[in-house]
Amino acid sequence: MASLFDNYDPGNFFDEMFVAADEVRPHYRMLLERFEGLTEGDFDRKRRIAEKSYLNQGITFTVYNDKKEGTERIFPFDLIPRIIPSQEWELVERGLKQRLTALNAFLNDIYHDQRIIKEGVIPEEIIRSAKHFRPEFMGFDIPQNIYIHVCGSDLIRDRDGRYLVLEDNARCPSGVSYVLESRMTMKRVFPQLFSRYGVRPVDRYAQDLLDVLRHIAPSSAGHDPTTVVLTPGIYNSAYFEHSFLARAMGIEIVTGADLFVQNDRVFMKTTKGPKPVHVIYRRIDDDFLDPTVFRSDSLLGVPGLVEAYRKGNVSLANAIGTGVADDKVVYYYVPAMIKFYLGEDPILPNVETFLSAVADDRKYILENLENLVVKSANESGGYGMLIGPSASQAEIEHFRTLIKADPRNFVAQPVISLSRSPTWCEGHMQGRHIDLRPFILCGDEVRIIPGGLTRVAMRKGSLVVNSSQGGGSKDTWVLDGGSLPC
Amino acid sequence: MLSRVGDSTYWMGRYIERAENNARLLDVNIQMLLDFESRRHETEKQFWAPILSTLEDTSLFAELHGGFTAAAVLDYVTFEPRNPNSIRSCINQARENARAVRDQISSEMWEHANELWLYFQDGSALRDFRGNSHEFYDKVTYASQLFQGVTDATMTHGEAWRFVQAGKYIERADNTSRILDLKYHLLLPTGEQVGGNVDTSQWISVLRSCSGMEAYLKIKKGEVTPWGVADFLICHEEFPRSIRFCVDRLDSVLHEIAATGEGRFRNEPERLSGLLRSQLDYATIDDIFRHGLHEYLDAIQVRLIELDLAFLRTYCSY
Repeated sequence: MASLFDNYDPGNFFDEMFVAADEVRPHYRMLLERFEGLTEGDFDRKRRIAEKSYLNQGITFTVYNDKKEGTERIFPFDLIPRIIPSQEWELVERGLKQRLTALNAFLNDIYHDQRIIKEGVIPEEIIRSAKHFRPEFMGFDIPQNIYIHVCGSDLIRDRDGRYLVLEDNARCPSGVSYVLESRMTMKRVFPQLFSRYGVRPVDRYAQDLLDVLRHIAPSSAGHDPTTVVLTPGIYNSAYFEHSFLARAMGIEIVTGADLFVQNDRVFMKTTKGPKPVHVIYRRIDDDFLDPTVFRSDSLLGVPGLVEAYRKGNVSLANAIGTGVADDKVVYYYVPAMIKFYLGEDPILPNVETFLSAVADDRKYILENLENLVVKSANESGGYGMLIGPSASQAEIEHFRTLIKADPRNFVAQPVISLSRSPTWCEGHMQGRHIDLRPFILCGDEVRIIPGGLTRVAMRKGSLVVNSSQGGGSKDTWVLDGGSLPC
Repeated sequence: MLSRVGDSTYWMGRYIERAENNARLLDVNIQMLLDFESRRHETEKQFWAPILSTLEDTSLFAELHGGFTAAAVLDYVTFEPRNPNSIRSCINQARENARAVRDQISSEMWEHANELWLYFQDGSALRDFRGNSHEFYDKVTYASQLFQGVTDATMTHGEAWRFVQAGKYIERADNTSRILDLKYHLLLPTGEQVGGNVDTSQWISVLRSCSGMEAYLKIKKGEVTPWGVADFLICHEEFPRSIRFCVDRLDSVLHEIAATGEGRFRNEPERLSGLLRSQLDYATIDDIFRHGLHEYLDAIQVRLIELDLAFLRTYCSY
């Protein structure tokens, strides 16, 4: 019988599933066998079931066009899972714990003594000019000294299969709901696939997140603090996730308009009158939190919230000011931070990075723009980025001007040939580039959801996996320890 | 419960109910028109203009359409996105509100609301409508009833559920009053007598629009009369679409929300619903007709609007 993988070509990349066209990696062997029993018709049917289940559940994002009505689309979901063997995951897990511990130590230091600046590890200028640094919060103590409670650090694998950290998301990383939903979908569509594979479950995440939130509650809240998720509203592209998490934790989801502050305490408006709120898992950036402190035109926030936070009457996750840690220039210094605060070598290396703020680096960048990836220090979602090899001359010149005008704001990296995974595209199994966003929680200890969100660039040859740029996702399986399935 | 959640669940209940009532109203009118096929030209406007008066939707319609043809009215009340009360708009609204409280309602409820929305969104609804409008309206009615059944069977019967019920009953009471009032706007064709063929068939349609035909015949033993139908749809204690039934339930649910004993009141919505309830409990059909049916129904609609405002002011936008 013809198999879905018959003409699959792993190409000259690190392929997650195949060592070579005729050699499958051991942890994918059982998957291959099971897929070989499927006809293209079976596979199509399963794909349609998965799509319909996403559509019916409203797991969509909104695309706006010229007409006034936005259309809702589902994220492309690919049925071939990405599989990570247990010993590989152990390394990733240790590396991420180390990294988040260092990032939290860095934030605590930066908002207090600034030892790392005084001892010459990071130039003061870099911190002072970081867009998301909040000098207003210097010397301010936060519960348990935890700044980043939820972190999403994006990992990629290079041509040799080495895991590298591409960037850290230390503000409001999103995507975890897709991890949980895609697992449910896969179980529904391929129940037989899971048996005997030893895939580690992911469904503890919501409970773990709630534990973190309760851990940071102000002591005045007593033993049963009220915890809420703060969303910008139903038109936000991540609203599905906000409400998903609120449901999974069994707590209220609120918008700014549902909250108000009185005597530096936060309340929500309920049908039975005002009710005190103690912990806010906010999915709104610092800038929009409180119009009396940050952007005054923000309609999403709550006037007086920051003062209530300062007085210690309400806790925020993540803390205000964490954005300085995911600035792409500060990223450059994370390996040095790990050394500085923990006295350890980084377990997961950074991607080689050049700072255009540094004269020698800048010269190198400007001379090699067509071979580099250039990123703005504070953009995300695949915006504000130049991919040299596929850019037009005009785009390259545009970035040359931008870099010269504002060197602090750009970094450059060599083009990394991301690992690929077999992905069903245009009726064939084809190699597509992927990355991995694990979700790291920090409360009384650091906990990581086994796996995370594997994003896949659905366009042939593309290295951009962001959903806003045509990216899709895959279920990510971390296997139990012990012998490999075969 | 958050006030915003109360607001959304209330409106979700209202809009689902409104979509269903509009579907039934249109379907019955199409059926009725079939009986008068021979005098189609004479009657088309007479049959369709009152639907719009009933729904109080005449001005926007006039802006968008030239004449009162069946096709124009059906499209306007069923699919027109600019008409905030079209079936499609109601379903959009119900689904938007459900989306805003996804964490409070059951997944089954959300999936039903979302599927119904997709049905209109992806063109299937329009295709079905063109294929067989009766089956189409049936499907919409059924989808709404399914949603309400799923709501009762899967949602915790707590505060949020009571807000859905409040929305459903206030909307249904209002809709029944409007459907009954439709008869006031329907003119008898020239030469037709009150109590004649056409008159009777119009009263029958009113009953059908409220799914009340079978129940009416059982209770009133056959004869369809104006006062019989009005008595049934206004005053019957057990028929689930009669105004009295809806107001009874609404009053109970309002008292449950605030945990006030029935027959007392602690806030304005309770006071207003109690007043309306006792007025309906003691109304007789003779009084109503002496007062004027249209005027009576109008007064009820005004009461319901006051009740709606008081309810929202008390719980949602204080």
